[in-house]
Parts: sequence; C-alpha cells; structure tokens
Amino acid sequence: MQNKVYHRIEQITGNVIVVKADDVIAGELAQVNSAVGTSLAQVIRLENENVFLQVFAGGRGIGTDAQVRFLGRTMQIPFSENLLGRVFTGSGKPRDNGPEIEENMIDIGGPSVNPAKRIIPRNMVRTGIPMIDVFNTLVESQKLPIFSVAGEPYNDLLAQIALQAEVDVIILGGMGLKHDDYLFFRDKLDESGALSRTVMFVHTASDPTVECLLVPDVSLAVAEKYAQEDKRVLVLLTDMTNFADSMKEVAITMEQIPSNRGYPGDLYSQLAARYEKAVDFEGSGSITILGVTTMPGDDVTHPVPDNTGYITEGQFYLKNGRIEPFGSLSRLKQQVNDSTRDDHRAIMDTMIQLYANYKETLEKQSMGFRMSDWDSKLLAYGERFETSMMDITVNVSLEDALDDGWKILADCFEPAETGIASKLTDKFWPKS
Amino acid sequence: MSENIGKIIGVNGNLLKVEFSVPVIQNEVAYACVGTGDLKLKAEVIRIRGNTAELQVFEDTVGLKIGDPVEFTGELLSVELGPGLLTQVFDGLQNPLPRLAEECGFFLQRGKYLDPLPRDTKWAYTPTAKEGDTVIAGDTVGTIPEGMFNHCIMTPFNLQGKWTIDKLTPAGNYTVEEVVAVLKDEKGNTKNVAIMQKWPVKMPIKCYAERLRPTESMASKMRTIDTFFPVAKGGTFCVPGPFGAGKTVLQQIMSRNAEVDIVIIAACGERAGEVVETLREFPELTDPRTGKSLMERTLIICNTSSMPVAAREASVYTGVTLAEYYRQMGLDVLLLADSTSRWAQALREMSGRLEEIPGEEAFPAYLESVIASFYERGGVVRLNNGETGSVTIGGTVSPAGGNFEEPVTQATLKVVGAFHGLSRARSDARRYPAIDPIDSWSKYPSVVDEVKVNKARKAIRDGSEVGQMMKVVGEEGTSIDDFVLYLQSEYIDATYLQQNAFSETDSSNSIERQEYVFGRLLKLLDTQMKFEDKDKARSFFQQLTQTCRDWNNSTFNSDEFKQIEAQMTKALAEVSDYAE
Repeated sequence: MQNKVYHRIEQITGNVIVVKADDVIAGELAQVNSAVGTSLAQVIRLENENVFLQVFAGGRGIGTDAQVRFLGRTMQIPFSENLLGRVFTGSGKPRDNGPEIEENMIDIGGPSVNPAKRIIPRNMVRTGIPMIDVFNTLVESQKLPIFSVAGEPYNDLLAQIALQAEVDVIILGGMGLKHDDYLFFRDKLDESGALSRTVMFVHTASDPTVECLLVPDVSLAVAEKYAQEDKRVLVLLTDMTNFADSMKEVAITMEQIPSNRGYPGDLYSQLAARYEKAVDFEGSGSITILGVTTMPGDDVTHPVPDNTGYITEGQFYLKNGRIEPFGSLSRLKQQVNDSTRDDHRAIMDTMIQLYANYKETLEKQSMGFRMSDWDSKLLAYGERFETSMMDITVNVSLEDALDDGWKILADCFEPAETGIASKLTDKFWPKS
Repeated sequence: MSENIGKIIGVNGNLLKVEFSVPVIQNEVAYACVGTGDLKLKAEVIRIRGNTAELQVFEDTVGLKIGDPVEFTGELLSVELGPGLLTQVFDGLQNPLPRLAEECGFFLQRGKYLDPLPRDTKWAYTPTAKEGDTVIAGDTVGTIPEGMFNHCIMTPFNLQGKWTIDKLTPAGNYTVEEVVAVLKDEKGNTKNVAIMQKWPVKMPIKCYAERLRPTESMASKMRTIDTFFPVAKGGTFCVPGPFGAGKTVLQQIMSRNAEVDIVIIAACGERAGEVVETLREFPELTDPRTGKSLMERTLIICNTSSMPVAAREASVYTGVTLAEYYRQMGLDVLLLADSTSRWAQALREMSGRLEEIPGEEAFPAYLESVIASFYERGGVVRLNNGETGSVTIGGTVSPAGGNFEEPVTQATLKVVGAFHGLSRARSDARRYPAIDPIDSWSKYPSVVDEVKVNKARKAIRDGSEVGQMMKVVGEEGTSIDDFVLYLQSEYIDATYLQQNAFSETDSSNSIERQEYVFGRLLKLLDTQMKFEDKDKARSFFQQLTQTCRDWNNSTFNSDEFKQIEAQMTKALAEVSDYAE
C-alpha cells in the first residue's frame, strides 16, 4: 500500500507539486523520480484526495508523468559517532566523499522541551574576547545571533568563537553559504584540529531552496542527541536570514498572505521553534546556539533581525569589524557575572555609560563646539576604549580585561567622575 | 466516547477541515484521532460552513490523514477552577507542566492531557453557608485553606436566578470532584455544587454587584512607575518596547514587588528561559507582605514561543479567567501577559490559514475588538457580599521594529489606563528602567502629591529641552541657568527614575521611602544654586549623583541612610544662593 507509485502530477508551482493519492499522512516523505533525477519530497498540505508535496530538489525538470512513491515515514536523519568530521547536505546526503550513513535514524523537528524541566543557565562560556566576556558574557544554553551586514567579518567571528570556546561538539549549519565561506569554515576548523569534533550540514547558495529549510532542523536534531549524551554542543547557524528568505519563497509560492515585507505571518514562530532548542539538560549536556542574521541595508527593524531579537537572549551587533557596545546585549550575563569578580558589573556598566558620553562629545566636536575639560577627558577615554577593549581579534582572559578597564579609567578620570560606588573604587582603583 | 464524530477532509498546517453530519457548536472542543485513535489531538472549532467545520489544532498535525475521525465534545474550551491552582505551572490549555514532566521527561509529548487539578488530593472543607440560605451565582458555600488564603467554594457562575441550599455536606476532607452542596429552586429542580467548577475561558465571569472605578494605587515599588506613571488596582497598563529594552525584567520586578494578593503570569509566546527564572527563583524568595514564599501567591501560565501556536492564543484567556476566579473571592489579582503581540500574531497566523481578508500588516480586522475585550476583563468590582476584588492587567507589547505606530500597540493604547513606553535610546544608555519619562502617561493617581509630581515632570521636560537645544548651540551657547536646569533633570533621571533592579535595596522602594526621597528631590529643585562656571556645576552634580546612588543603596532610615542624607544637605547648602 505505502509503496504504491503515483505517476500523474496534477499541478506544479515552484517547488510544490500536487498528486491525487489516498492514505497519505501529513508530513510524510515521498520519493519523486523524474527525468532530472530522484529527489525527496515532503507532504505539506492535504485537501480531499489532493496531496501537496514540497520537492527538496526543486520543481524544475519535473514532468507531469514523474513517479511519486510515498515512504510511510517523516523526515529523518542518521545519528552516530560517525557523523563527526563529516559534511552533509540539508537532506542528510554526504557532501564530502565519505560513505552514506543510514544507521540509527532519528526524527527531526521534535517536540519542545518542557519549560518545567529547564534550569537557570549558570555556566559562563569564556571566549577570550573582551567585548563578549566583560560586556556581554556568553552563557551555556544561550541563543545569540550576530547581527551584521553583508561584508562584515561575521563568519570569521563565528569561527573564532567556535575555536576559542570550551565545548565538546560543534555543529555548523550553513544556509545559502557562498562556496568560499563553506571552504573557509572547513579549513579553519581543520587547521586547529577542531574538525574532528564538528559535524557540518551545509546548504550553499546554488543548492535547491527547500534544502535550506531543512538545515536548522537537522543540525538541531543531531545537537539534541549529542546533548542528551552528556556533551556540551555549540550550534553555529549562518545565515538565518537566508533561511527566512527561503521560507518567504515557499510561502509566496503556496499563495499564503504575506504579513510584513513578504514574509509569512508565522516567521516569529518558525524562528522561535529553532532557537528555542537551546537548552541545558539537567544532569546531562547542553546546546548553545550562535547564529548569524544579516540585516539587509543595516536595518535592525527589518522583519528577520527584528523577530530574531525578540526570540534570542540578546545579540552581538557587528559593525565596522567591531562588536558595537550599544546594539549588543547578552540577556543572560546577569546570571553569571555576579560570580566572576566583584567589579565585573561596575566596570561593565560604567565603561559603557562613559563610552556613550564620549559618543555625544564626538558629536559636539564634529559640530565645531568648544570642548570643556570634561569633554577632553571623554575624548581621551573613548580612544583608549576603542583600541584596547573593542578589538575582536585578541584572546585575553576576563580578569586581565577587567584590570585593563580599571587602568583606562584611572588614566582618564578621577574616581568620583566615574560614578562607581566608593566601596569598589577603594578596592580596585589603581594606585599611582 | 462521544457520539458526535466527523471526518477529516483537509489538513493545512494546524488547520483541519472536517466534514460532519450532526450539529456542532462554534468554538467547541474536538479531538482529532491519529491513526488507530491512541493519539488524540485537542482542537477547537473556529469556523463552520455548510457541513464542513474548520478546526485549529493545539498541536503539531503530523501523522493525520484524510478520513481520520474527529470526536466533538460539545463543550467550549474551559478551565478547571478550584483549590490547587496556586503555585502551579500550566500550559495555555491548563495542562500541569511539572506533572507532565514527571510522566514524559524532558520533552513535551503530543496529545498528552492531564487533569489540571489533581483528583486524589483531599482538601479540608468547612461550610460557611447554612441550609435554607438563598444563593445566586458565585455565592460562597464553604471555604478551604489553600496556602495563605481561604479558598472560597462558590456556587456555579452560570447559575440562573435564585436557589435555596437544600443540603450541605458537613466539614471534612474531600476531593475536588465531590459534591458539597445541593441547591433547589422554586420549581423543585436540584443542582449539585462540587468543589471544582469549570468555566469557558473566552467568557468573562460576571457574578458581581457592580464595577467600580479603579482609584487605589497598586504599589510596584518602582519609583518611576509609582510616582510618575502609577497603576491602580483594577487598572490596565501596557508596556511596549523594542527588544532588549527590558520589558520582561520590568514584568519580573512587578511580579515580585506588586502589592497584590495573587500574581498570575501568562508567558505567552516568549522565551522559555524567562519563565524558568521565575519558576526557580520564586520558591526561594520571601514575600515581604506575608513572610511566606513568593511562589505561594503566584500562578504561571506558560506557553512559550516554541510551544504550539493555537494554545498560545488560548493562554491569555486561561490567565484572565483564573484571575477573575480569584477576584470572586475578594482578592486583588495582578495578571501579567508577556507578550500580547505574540498572542496577536497567533490570531494572525490562524486568520491567514482561514484565508480571511487581512487588515493592516495582515492582522485580522477584528484585532482591535479582541484586544479591547481582553483588557476590559480587568477592573475593580464590588461583589454580592459587599467585598471588593480586582483584576489588574498589564500586557507587554513587542512592536515590530520598535515602532509604536503598529496595529497591536495602537489598539492597546486605546483601551489601557497607563502607558509605560520603553525607549531604545534609554536602554542603549543603560538607563533602566527604560520607561520614557516624557512620552509615557497614566490616568491613575500618583502615590505622592500630584502638584509635586507635576513640578518634577516640568523639570525633566525643561531639562530635556535644554539638552536638545545644547546639541544645536553647544554648551557655550547655553546660559548657566539653563545649564543647571539640564543638570537637574539629569540628576532626577540618574537618582530617581533609574533604579538598579539587581541591587537588593535599590530594586524595591516602599511608598513611604518614595515619598520621603521625592520630598528631598523637590527641595533640591526649589533651591537656587549659584556656580562660578559650568565645569563647577557639572562636577557638583556628578559628586551629588554618586552620593545619592549610595543613598539609594542604603537601608531606609538606617544610620548610613541618615549620614549620607546629612552629607547631601551639607553639599547642597554650600552651593545655595541665600544672598538673593
């Protein structure tokens, strides 16, 4: 019954084909054989005897006489230790020259974690980058996107964090990656020996759109399994804007009413379903998600970064090769930065507030106003801050970075000018 | 097993088309059976056309197929009301999440529905009414101690007309399903009153004598809110703001500090992590009012962003229905919904699948009336027994792009009594709470004298105007008097509006302290100050700001508090211009 072959395609629109078939279940997988080859397809809608299928390899080249065979199961992905060091496509086919893996198939897009079983995040992930460690600490089980524009070194930053962060398994989900970028990640991880603890699911810009939609789900399904085996997993997703754009493409083809700039109304829920997979299993491993969201036109109010911002626990805002202190935020930092060092929070708040004042002074300066004593101090401070704290290519410990912070403050200001509580200045202010 | 069975003829996302032959009711609950029928998915009828009903399923629909049976229950989507609700964590359909975790482990399991109230727990019941008493809907017949409250057992809220208590069960231990009273009407009809009752979530409970105007302040212990933008018991307020502006932190502080009897948190389509903080921290925290754990007055409805969308829509109604239930006992309840935008989006998703004609930004045309009728369920009421109870509703709004000119924010602003608008500029400058002191408003009375508040408001506005002007003409183009105005407003901002949520003392200020500190602040505003030049003025205010922050961090009326105050008085005296 399940293997009955249908070979009359009623309708082909974009990547979606319609056949008349019975006994098909929602979400079922099918195999489509056509002149251009074989592809998987997934049932996305049932209407009386009409079955709507989304073809992973795209609708191009499919004839009305293509053969459709239903497989009686939903989308699955293999899971085993053998995945490490390998590269796959979004539908789980090997991308490197290695053998196909078909053992221990697991479902993708599984149910969400019961909120009652979640725990408060408590472990800081040290990255060695002061703009992250001091000002916006990354925390295990956090989900954080890097907001950026095309051309910024976001993939470099992602790779650097991946290499410097202490985790057991890295899963890279590439969506709409340029082929060069895919090779960059592979080589960079290989150089440092990290490839052997990495699984890559890569969809490049030239691959079929539908496979792009599968990348986050397969990456996270595999991550979830590793996490349940006591591993700390870091999932890197680049670039989630491409994922959203693929969703838009499919939704428009399905004639759904678009909500905002052509994106489907469930954009928020769809993104959330993926990001919310970040979790810390009590007594077992964890999943931390770092994504990249490119903002078309550097517009943070664009639907993709906007919806992402409401879902994730903060964001790193990468601009001009620096993590901007203003747009950036780690919501979970308060969970860990009280137990690092007494002065961590004070340094964090004060330095940013003073940097904000510096920016205002810069504005005044550019308009040609006279600089007061206070302004000159701020100008000196701002420059020091930018050169020593905002560099993202360094690798310094949190403690050293905090000491640097005090040094900069002491070189530029009197203790009272910083507004830091006297208890702390008494203890930490460098004695000249 | 229901007699009323339909057949699936279409599956589109979580929307089912079902063919039926016997009568169905709009908004009734139905169960779609997957395969052999072991797995049943809860759904709600949302549209009926001819002999086809459209149902939204509260779960993922993977696995359903054409021809699968659908059982109609004949009941509207309801919640169970009775003792055992407090301290619980439910999902949007009132599934108890901790008990679900015990049964299913880490993950939520599809089609698994547990009884919201445990059926085997016995409660110590004492009757308070007498046999022969005349009762109407919502009258108390007995009480059960639950935590720190006496949980009233009431006659069914849907009771029509006057009834007499025919029989009362004596005091004793009973389960929620047991009958504690039998009522009789003039015609001799009888009705059983059980400890637990059910109520459809989308209908307001209206068993009260009259609705009153909300005038009494609900202290939140946040200076900006209580002094400048107060919320009254039974009032409504909204907190719109872009992401990262601190909406959720603000709600968490509110849920911790608010001076009410019960807090219901409806986490609707937001991050699971935020609920977890409440979940894990509240049992550890003590409520200063009662000395007991904060969790004892808290109830959480939790339908986070990755949980099914249709249940998200139900979750705010579940929350408000439970709030109304406790109000019927004469309690003050605060309902915090975070975020109402996610709820509106759930409406939009469904409306899209139904192929309705979209309104602005594809939201359905009925969005405004739906939002209005939700907020209208808040209010202070005088109950039939003369007591008052209130439901205060606070909703966060997450406007797309942080732009308040969008349908959900605008529809909300029309119906609320206070608006705490969060601004990106303030949060970027780490000025928390990021409530914009100029754009926000409240229609409720402040905890301090209105005349004084207006004075401070004017100082903030004037200072901000000078600040704006200074951006154009520079500091040298500003007179020293104007410059002092600017510094004063910055001082009010830094020491009064801003409040450190992570400092134990500063994070919650009693009304008494607010009145006192505000009085001091006004004295400063009234003082004529004289400075040689602007740098002197600036450094004076910097010094004073730091001292005042230390002051805010000292315990009210402690020696340290008085000492710092004396220090500030002295500093102020030095710059006062008594000569004029």
